[in-house]
This record gives sequence, structure tokens and C-alpha cells, in this order.
Amino acid sequence: MARHLVVVGNGMVGHRLVSALRERDTAGAWRITVLGEEGRPAYDRVGLSTYVDGSSEEDLRLPELDDRVELRLGDPVVTLDRGARRVVTASGAELTYDALVLATGSVPFVPPVPGRDLPNCFVYRTLDDLDAIKAAAAAAVARPGPGRRSAVVVGGGLLGLEAARAMRLLGLSPQVVEIAPRLMPVQVDEGGGALLRNLVERQDMAVRCGVAVSAVSEDRGRLVATLSDGIELDADLVVFSAGIRAADSLARSSGLPVGERGGVLVDAACRTPDGCVWAIGECAALEGRTYGLVAPGYAMAEVVADRLLGGSGSMQPAELDMSTKLKLLGVDVASFGDAHAATDGALEVVVNDPVAGTYSKIVVSDDARTLLGGVLVGDASKYATLRPLVGSALPADPVAMIAPGGVELGADALPDSAQICSCNAVTKGALKAAIDDGAHDVPALKSCTRAGTSCGSCIPMLKTLLLGAGVEVSKAVCEHFAYSRAELFQIIAGAGIRTFSELVESHGTGRGCDLCKPVVASILASLGNGHVLEGEQAALQDTNDHFLANLQRNGTYSVVPRIPGGEITPDGLIVIGEVARDFGLYTKITGGQRIDMFGARVEQLPQIWKRLVDAGFESGHAYGKSLRTVKSCVGSSWCRYGVQDSVGMAVLLELRYRGLRSPHKFKSGVSGCARECAEARSKDFGVIATEKGWNLYVGGNGGANPRHADLIVQDVDSEQLVRIIDRFLMFYIRTADRLQRTAAWLDALEGGLDHLREVVVDDSLGICADLEAAMATHVENYADEWRGVLEDPAKLERYVSFVNAPETPDPTISFITERGQPIPARREGDPVLVGMPAMNGVSR
Amino acid sequence: MTAVETGLRWETVCLLERLQPERGAAALVEGRQVAVFRLHDDSVHAIGNIDPFSGAAVLSRGIVGDKGGVPVVASPVYKQAFSLLDGHCLDEPDVAVAVYAVRVDDHRVQIGLP
Ligand code: SRM
Ligand SMILES: Cc1cc2nc3c(=O)[nH]c(=O)nc-3n(C[C@H](O)[C@H](O)[C@H](O)COP(=O)(O)OP(=O)(O)OC[C@H]3O[C@@H](n4cnc5c(N)ncnc54)[C@H](O)[C@@H]3O)c2cc1C
Ligand code: SF4
Ligand code: FES
Repeated sequence: MARHLVVVGNGMVGHRLVSALRERDTAGAWRITVLGEEGRPAYDRVGLSTYVDGSSEEDLRLPELDDRVELRLGDPVVTLDRGARRVVTASGAELTYDALVLATGSVPFVPPVPGRDLPNCFVYRTLDDLDAIKAAAAAAVARPGPGRRSAVVVGGGLLGLEAARAMRLLGLSPQVVEIAPRLMPVQVDEGGGALLRNLVERQDMAVRCGVAVSAVSEDRGRLVATLSDGIELDADLVVFSAGIRAADSLARSSGLPVGERGGVLVDAACRTPDGCVWAIGECAALEGRTYGLVAPGYAMAEVVADRLLGGSGSMQPAELDMSTKLKLLGVDVASFGDAHAATDGALEVVVNDPVAGTYSKIVVSDDARTLLGGVLVGDASKYATLRPLVGSALPADPVAMIAPGGVELGADALPDSAQICSCNAVTKGALKAAIDDGAHDVPALKSCTRAGTSCGSCIPMLKTLLLGAGVEVSKAVCEHFAYSRAELFQIIAGAGIRTFSELVESHGTGRGCDLCKPVVASILASLGNGHVLEGEQAALQDTNDHFLANLQRNGTYSVVPRIPGGEITPDGLIVIGEVARDFGLYTKITGGQRIDMFGARVEQLPQIWKRLVDAGFESGHAYGKSLRTVKSCVGSSWCRYGVQDSVGMAVLLELRYRGLRSPHKFKSGVSGCARECAEARSKDFGVIATEKGWNLYVGGNGGANPRHADLIVQDVDSEQLVRIIDRFLMFYIRTADRLQRTAAWLDALEGGLDHLREVVVDDSLGICADLEAAMATHVENYADEWRGVLEDPAKLERYVSFVNAPETPDPTISFITERGQPIPARREGDPVLVGMPAMNGVSR
Repeated sequence: MTAVETGLRWETVCLLERLQPERGAAALVEGRQVAVFRLHDDSVHAIGNIDPFSGAAVLSRGIVGDKGGVPVVASPVYKQAFSLLDGHCLDEPDVAVAVYAVRVDDHRVQIGLP
């Protein structure tokens, strides 16, 4: 006959135990009774706060258990009689057991202050708590009379901040009171705490640290919280979220040992000294320590399920992942692994950037090889990749891993054993296997591996893994077109379509958006449809293309005169200097060998262009998906090693391809010898001089994912060189995806470099004549876009800040002086410069 | 010119022809920055011009289109979409910009102020 298992507590962990056991106990060895105190079936407590933000009880409910499980709800166990192996419930029911599992979780800790039991004082743990809080908040909001409706939240830890945000969503002004000197003291260190506070306050939540609530009293229908420094805070409600205590009273009253700081004492198998009684989840003190997160609880549930079926599973320290990520707050905070560098010899690497509002710390082993843990505040996007690496070798230099613009860690960097979903202990290997078995989207992965079903912070990684596995992802440009950019190019070129309206009516839906319109604008321009601001085309352009300059963060523009090959005369330099001086512009030498002038208002653009045009310049493309610059080194003109005129070639190439619209920007460089001073191999096409001519490299990229360009032809003469570049660029323009630079395009091209060489050098597709002709048309029809505006009053009239006040400059624009030049004045809400970003490796 | 009707004062900002279809223009109306848009069907919409995410007065310079059928403008700075019907941000439901009454009266585009 089946033995009887009684589970006390129907929370997240108790539920996991029962479902794990039901899954594995195919022989029916156990009959199960679950006794729960709460009146509802088990639900996702981790997602509790979403209950104020759109989720319903049904959304949060955990999967139903089958009918071999008897569920008795709303009837807590009050007595445990171990001698008789019997429990008694509040309603008087008596049940005997063969095995008993305590999964009673925790109770919120409420500091023993006078008034804590007054009406409108709450804790934050169950759906019932939230129902009561919601009702009280609604009553407060509906109360007549002026004044803010506010809530005092006692405790500024993970839960306190979640609760505060929930109060905000319920229409109250939260005030968080934290006794420690900083928020989230357990997870975050001092540096991170200061930044966190700043970010939290920006979300309209008041914060007081270093003080305690010493009493709560009633005053004319509202509450007053008195703080230890004497300050009194008015409140409509008070929420205590000052920590939790293991719910271990059954163990205590039945004489089972408890941990020093509470919790039912259990060994690595989760068993109490009474061999028939087990404890799991937050109520258990595993080898003396309690865990307030769901992941360790789930691991315990798996161990006990295994043991009940005769297995020998036990808790591995690695399963005790204490990683946490703050949800719902609108502020990114995450901590993982050994966040406080408690491991012997651990080193901390901190990148603190108060300007960007981010603080990142990783903790590494004494040899700086192994990742042990970390803290991320302000931007926790790296959490998903870093957390699974805890305990593994670092794939890159520690600073680079957290520095802004440092290495991006892909899923590739992770070993198969890395835990991607720590809530449900799912490894990368298991996810890969599930993808191979046909789980081809996130919902499918969730249902077959459970990954992503708890806190959800691993979902970005699930997506990355799907992508990495080459699962087909739609290439449709946006909701208006079911086609990729390359397909749209074919359609437009093939059908001779000349306007967006024609295209969207025949091949799309709706009226387009900021994704498809610029794509179509670029295709129309590549196919030669006149000035980019002509007729309907004007409405398709991104703001930069629409104003033919680069938008800056305060609504002004930058102007970057074209300086082909980086070669400029002294007179030319003087003109640029005079223009910048006369219009009060900030100047800077760019990374592309030219000079950028910043801070021009819309109505100044035509005047600036006029000055440039008159001096023989044109404004250049630092915007637009088109050619940026062709960098050069001085080459044979001056350099003792130069073997060809690299400047001359760079100027020729820049003038040939300027203004050519393409799927993404493209860049070039020409070096006069193999020393490569122009860094040509980091460009979309790079040219390096040889004794006999030129070597051409394609598919290079700097930026976020650097890639060296590949050699496609060697020792060609100037004419051959230009012809192959013509074909290469046109082939790219016709076949690449939206915002796919040549590097990514070449990587994705079937047959790779060899195929590309066959097409553009050997003409295997027989399209080269066509490609060359298309480029010839571009070169012939190129016209200075900026001059085009100056010569057309209808276009010119758009260059005003206000249509009804053309002379008035935008009053929101103002400047301050920094290092002798104007920069945008700071606005409210802008990040404040507290000090220079610090980057240091601190050891302790 | 200012006219009084239905409790609103109507301020003319420009002629309809001055607005490009599916593009915006900024207007200064009693110190307020208003972004006025003309759609392909010649309907006209007006919302606040200041982009709440960057603080820059540039919403009038964004690309006009639709998202799930709602006419929107995409901020040119960080690309969030704002409904031209009620000013709310489709990407961050907590955020919205002002909406202004607007009409076309004999080719004149007019903004209504309370
Ligand atoms: C001005 C400049 C920085 C500087 O002060 O030096 C700059 C400024 C911008 N870069 Fe850059 N980049 C500048 C040189 C570079 C370089 C260096 C180079 O060209 O040799 C690179 C790496 C090389 C490369 O592109 O492969 C570079 C890689 C990027 C990237 C990353 C591209 C990538 O494929 O990963 C972006 C983002 C993008 O284009 O999506 C970017 C985007 C931008 C944008 C357009 C960002 C934006 O949307 O506001 C900036 C606007 C320029 C402006 O407002 O005038 N910028 N940027 C440089 C202008 C060079 C020029 O004269 O045209
Ligand atoms: C707002 C909030 C946010 C959270 N966010 C996260 C997060 O992001 N990540 C994370 O890992 N964890 C988070 N947690 C913690 C997580 O919810 C718990 O770790 C998890 O629920 C523990 O599961 P458990 O089964 O041990 O306890 P519980 O889920 O608390 O379940 C215990 C159940 O036992 C019942 N019970 C108690 N005594 C008795 C009795 N005598 N008889 C019968 N039934 C009894 C209780 O009523 C309760 O229903 C959060 C918790 C809260 C409240
Ligand atoms: S690449 Fe060669 S030619 Fe050009 S500057 Fe460097 S050493 Fe001189
Ligand atoms: S890590 Fe929490 S759901 Fe995967």
C-alpha cells in the first residue's frame, strides 16, 4: 500500500516538492496530503508585486496538482506529535503520516514598535496582504480633501523597494525608511547604495536611511510614523517589510532543533534528526543557514523528492545561488554570487560611472581568473550573462567585462554546465538540448525546461541561445511589411516603385513607421530618385537625414564638413575655425579624420552650409546610412616607407562613394604600406598599398564587435581596385538586411568570402555589369545635398525652430562653458557629474 | 489671429499647405512648444513638442507612422513612439505628453487653448 506523505505548507517550495514527486513517482509509492494555511492554491510569490500591476490571481497561480494529491486549504497545522507521527490542524482534523515535510516558509518580521497592530498597518507577503493593501490604498485615494496620499514603507531592502514601487502604482507617495545607512544593505555596497538611492528618488520615492520607525500612532483618521530622529511622517498606510523569520514554530514545539537564527535544522539531505521529518524552503536551516530566495528552496524540494523515492541526492553548495535582481522598480539592481567578496583573497573590480548612473562590481578569485560574484546598479543588462559564469573561468579581462563599451559576452562564452536559469536550475546544456528537440521559441523553452518561469531575468539569455542555435527569426522589417530589406529592394527595383505610398499600398499595411520608412528612403535613394528631401521622400527620412545634420541630445545639430582622406589646407582649416567661432560652435577632431562642429540650431544650419559652400567645402555625412569617411595615412607623399599615394586614393574613393545610401553606414581607409597606419582593415572596405598595386580587404568593423577585414584581391591596379569596390558595394546594398554592416553581412553570407569573391571578382552570377552601371549612375548623379537645400526655397523654409515664429530660437536650448567651449546646459533629470568615473581594482 | 469658440481660444499657427504630409512642425503658442502633424488624410494633430525622455524640444522632428493602428510619432532621440491621439507613450505606459485641440479652418491650422 502507498505510504502517506503530509506536506505542511502550500507555498512555492511545497508545491515544487509535490509536483516533482508526482512526476517521478510512477509506481505510486506515495499518497500525498498538502495542508495549507492560505485559503488559495499555491501561487508565484516571487511575482507577487505584479498583482498591483496588471496580473490577476489566475496569472500567478502555479500549475494544478493531479488528483493523487489531496489539497486542504485554509486550515493550518497547529500541533505536531512526532511520537504518534500525527499532525492536528486548526479545525481539529488529525492526520498520521509516514513522512512529513515542513514547507512553511517565513513570516514577515515586524519590529516590536508601539502601534504596529493599528488598522492600515500591513505586511507584504501574501495575496491576502495585497488585497488588504489595495483596498486601503483605494480608500485613501478616494478620501476627499487635499494633500498627498502617502505610505511609509519600513525597510529598504529588496522587498521594501518592491513594496514601495507597488505603493507608487497604487497612487500613493511612498517614503522608504531604512535603518541601515544605505538601501539594499545586504546586496549592495556603499558605492552602489549611493547611486541606488539617487535612482530610487528619481522614481518619486522618498528615502530616509540610518533611521528606524520607533512608533506608529493614529491621528484624525490617518497614521503617523515617528522616526528615531524625532521626525514624524504622515501616512495613509504603513507597510512593514523589514525582513523575514523562518516559520519554525512546529519544529520548536515538537522539540526539533532549530538553527541559531531560527529555521528547522536539517542536514544536506534536508532531513531533521527525526528521520521521518524533513524541512525545505525558507523554513529550513540547511546546515544552520536559512535562504530567503526561491532557487535554493526548489533545489531542496528536488533533493527531498529524490530521497523519498530511495535516491541519495543532497544539496550541493553550488545550488545555493543567492543571486537576486530587483523587479518592477524601474531601477536596475542585481547582485549575484559572492557579492561582498567574502571568499578568502577575493578581489573586487569596480567601475563606478556616476555620469551614466551605473555602478558595476565584480568579485574575482585571488588570481583574477574565476568569477565569484558581483553587484550591478543602474544597468543590470550584464546580469544574465555574468551570473551563469559564477565559478567559471573569466572569458576576458575583469575590467573589460563591466566597463562601459567593454566586451559583450555572448552565450558562446558560457560552458554547457553554466546555469542560465538559477531559479529553476536549468543549464545551458539542457536548454541547447531542448532547442535541438524542437523548442523554437521562449514559451516553448519555458514549458519544457521551466527556465524563465520564475523571476524572468534569464529570458534575454533564452533569446540569445535561440538566436545562437540559428533558429529562424523573422526578418520582416516591421509590422507594416512582411519582407526583409533585401526583398523590399527587389520589389522596389523590380516594379519600378518610386514612392512609399505606392509601396505600402501594394505590398504592406498601415502607414509605416520609423523602422520601415528610413529603409524605404534609403532604397529609393540607392536607386537614384533625386534629392533625399524631394517630394514624399522627405517624410521618410530619419531626423538626421531630414535636417542633413546630426541631432544632439539638446535638440541642436552637429555639422561635419567633408574632408576627403583627412587632407585639408591651412586655408580650409581657417574657414572651419571661423565658421565655428562666428556661430559659437563647439569643435572637436573626430575619430574619422575630420572636424565636428556641435551646437547649431536648426535655423543656423543653412547659414553655416552657405559659408562652407562658398569656401569650397560641403557639409559631410556623419549621419545617414551612407559613406562616412575614407581615412588615409600620408603614404608615399611623405612617408619614408610609403609605396603608393594613399592620400590620393583615399580622396578619390571618398569623392566617388560620398552620398551613396546603403543598409548601414560604411567606412573605408587607405594605408600606404603594410604598416597600416590608416587602420584600413578595421573598415568596411580597406585598401593597403603594395609594391605592385593595392590589396583590397572587405567586411571590417570597429565599434562594438570589431572584425578585421578579409583579403579579397591582391596586387590589383587602381582601375581594377575601383571596379571591384563598385561591385562589392552595390552587391551589399542590394542584399543586406536593415542595419547590417558589411561585417555581419559577410558573416551571414552563404559561402562566405569565397562566394563573395566569385560574385564580385569572377562574376559568377553575371550581374557585375549591372552593378557597375548602377554605381556609374550614382557617381554621375551625385549632387551636394546641402547646396540643394540652399537653392530651393521650399526646402529652405523648413529650417526654422517654429513654423509660426521663424525668427525665434528654441528657448529650451542653453549652453554652459566647459574647458573653454560651449556644451549643452544640464537639465533637471540629467545625470549629475559627481566626480570622474572611477575604474579601479581594489584588493582586500 | 485669435477667435473664441466652444470656450477655446483658437490660435492660427500656419497654413495647412505649409505642413508636409506625415511630418511635423513645431509652433510656439503662448510660450508653449507644440508639435503639429499633418497626416496622409490631411487630418491634423497636435501634442507637446518636448520629448520627456531627453528633455529636447524635438518631437515635431520625428517620423510619423502607425503602431498597431494608432497614429504615432517616434521621438528622434531615443525612438519611443507617442500616440498622436492622446499623447501617451506606447513604449512606457507611465509617460505621456500634452495633447492640444487643433482644427483646420479655411486652410488655417489652429491650436485651441483653454
Ligand atoms: C563624432 C564621432 C566621435 C568623435 O568625436 O570622434 C562619432 C560620433 C557618433 N557615432 Fe561613431 N563617431 C565617430 C567615429 C567612429 C568610429 C571611428 C572611425 O570611424 O574610424 C567608429 C568605429 C569604426 C566603425 O564604425 O566600425 C565608430 C563607431 C560607431 C558605432 C558602432 C558601429 C558598429 O558597427 O558597431 C555607432 C552606432 C551605430 O552606427 O549604430 C556610432 C554612432 C555614432 C553617432 C552617430 C551616435 C548618434 O546616433 O548620435 C555619433 C554621431 C556623430 C555626430 O553627432 O556628429 N559610431 N564611430 C566620430 C565621427 C567620425 C567622422 O568623422 O565621421
Ligand atoms: C514580494 C516578494 C518578492 C519576492 N521576490 C523574490 C525574488 O525576486 N526572487 C526570489 O528568489 N525570491 C523572492 N521572494 C521570496 C520567495 O517568494 C520565497 O523564497 C519563496 O516563496 C519561498 O517558498 P516557501 O515555499 O519556502 O515559502 P512560502 O512561499 O512562503 O510558502 C509557505 C506556505 O506555508 C504556509 N504555512 C505556514 N505555516 C503553516 C502551517 N502551520 N500550516 C499550513 N501552512 C502553513 C504559508 O501560509 C505559506 O502559504 C519574494 C518574496 C516576496 C514576498
Ligand atoms: S602605413 Fe606605411 S606609408 Fe602609411 S604612414 Fe604608416 S608607415 Fe607610412
Ligand atoms: S533565473 Fe529566474 S526565472 Fe530564470
